[in-house]
Amino acid sequence: MTVTVELNSRKVTRNIEPDMLLIDFVRAEGCYSVKRGCETSNCGLCTVFLDGLPVLSCSVLAARADNRKVTTLEGLLEEAKEFGAFLADEGAEQCGFCNPGFLMNAIALFREKPEPTEQEIREYLAGNLCRCSGYEGQLRAILKFLEWKKERGHK
Amino acid sequence: MLTIKEYKKVESLEEAWELNQKRSSRLIGGMMWQKMSKGNCAVAIDLSGLGLDQIREDADQFEIGCMVTLRALEQHQGLLSYTDGAVKEALRHIVGVQFRNTATVGGSIYGKYGFSDVLTLFLAMDTYVELYRAGTVPLPEFAAKDYGRDVLVRICVKKHPGRFVYQSVRNTQTDFPVLTCAAARLPGQPFLAVFGARPGRAVRLFDDNGILGEQITEEAAREFGKYAAGRIKTGGNMRGSKEYRTHLVRVLSERAALSLADGRENRNDCHS
Repeated sequence: MTVTVELNSRKVTRNIEPDMLLIDFVRAEGCYSVKRGCETSNCGLCTVFLDGLPVLSCSVLAARADNRKVTTLEGLLEEAKEFGAFLADEGAEQCGFCNPGFLMNAIALFREKPEPTEQEIREYLAGNLCRCSGYEGQLRAILKFLEWKKERGHK
Repeated sequence: MLTIKEYKKVESLEEAWELNQKRSSRLIGGMMWQKMSKGNCAVAIDLSGLGLDQIREDADQFEIGCMVTLRALEQHQGLLSYTDGAVKEALRHIVGVQFRNTATVGGSIYGKYGFSDVLTLFLAMDTYVELYRAGTVPLPEFAAKDYGRDVLVRICVKKHPGRFVYQSVRNTQTDFPVLTCAAARLPGQPFLAVFGARPGRAVRLFDDNGILGEQITEEAAREFGKYAAGRIKTGGNMRGSKEYRTHLVRVLSERAALSLADGRENRNDCHS
């Protein structure tokens, strides 16, 4: 079957198998930030945006993305760069494998709730598993990033 | 791994129903669970082009299309307000936001999964399912019987001036629940408690003997807890033993009754 997907603002038309998963589709297009993790819809490593909402690409058929917008971290580099620096500052990564999915979902959080509470942050990111850290570094990074954004907004 | 030979985005419910009569076909909702199943599917039937991803609310009821995502359900202000936040409390623990942006209410209800928070929640309300051929069926009846290869179109929740509470116990955040408990206090009806993840499918228990009375006291709630623990059949699995689940039935039903007592704050934790 043929699908046309707007992948990172670029129209892509491909012939695919009906059971192709979105993760395989985007990786075949060179979007290697999208990691294959648990493949049981649990870890959040494969997070992409489908029409602006974060979804698990390991659990979505590529056919479902036909005539829709798919965004991976490759399409959000500028937006991710600022926050990524805070993650680095707080030592919030060790192996780094979970980072792309984490960054994607954090960006989704910032877009949906520009001033989240600590509880809302924890809840929103509960679907992103990290086996190296205790999530404290990530939480510090988010809180400091939000504070920085707030201060910058006031200037 | 599920293999799919043909993917069909249908243009009508009739087309979906006809395709679904073959045993080799499958209706796909969010596909979160089906994706992990093994087998061959000749035709995957996708309902996403039929506009069934909307929640309509009027003075009497909510009409929830089968393709509404769990995330949309959890964020619907009307449902949040009607259930005192119970809808959010039931859904917010299910894996993560990304999962709930894809999983559908139709898939959750149609699957009648034992672990389902969604089924437990809706069984506590006056809920009906609209099936394409069989018509409108009360949810408790749908949950108990086999409706063959019909198509679940919508879920309707009739509004009553009542109060709801939802609780669940999980061994770890985002895991399947060890036990779920929803409760409702509706005027003119006995107190209702629903227990899911027993680990079997959710079941309802009415306070038919009037243990709780008109004014729920701590003592009456304790008695109701004991009554529920004696009546609800539980089992054991890797998440908890039969004995532990029965213990939880007692504790959660007592807490549910107390949190719906007059003058008490509802214990739907998402409010905190």
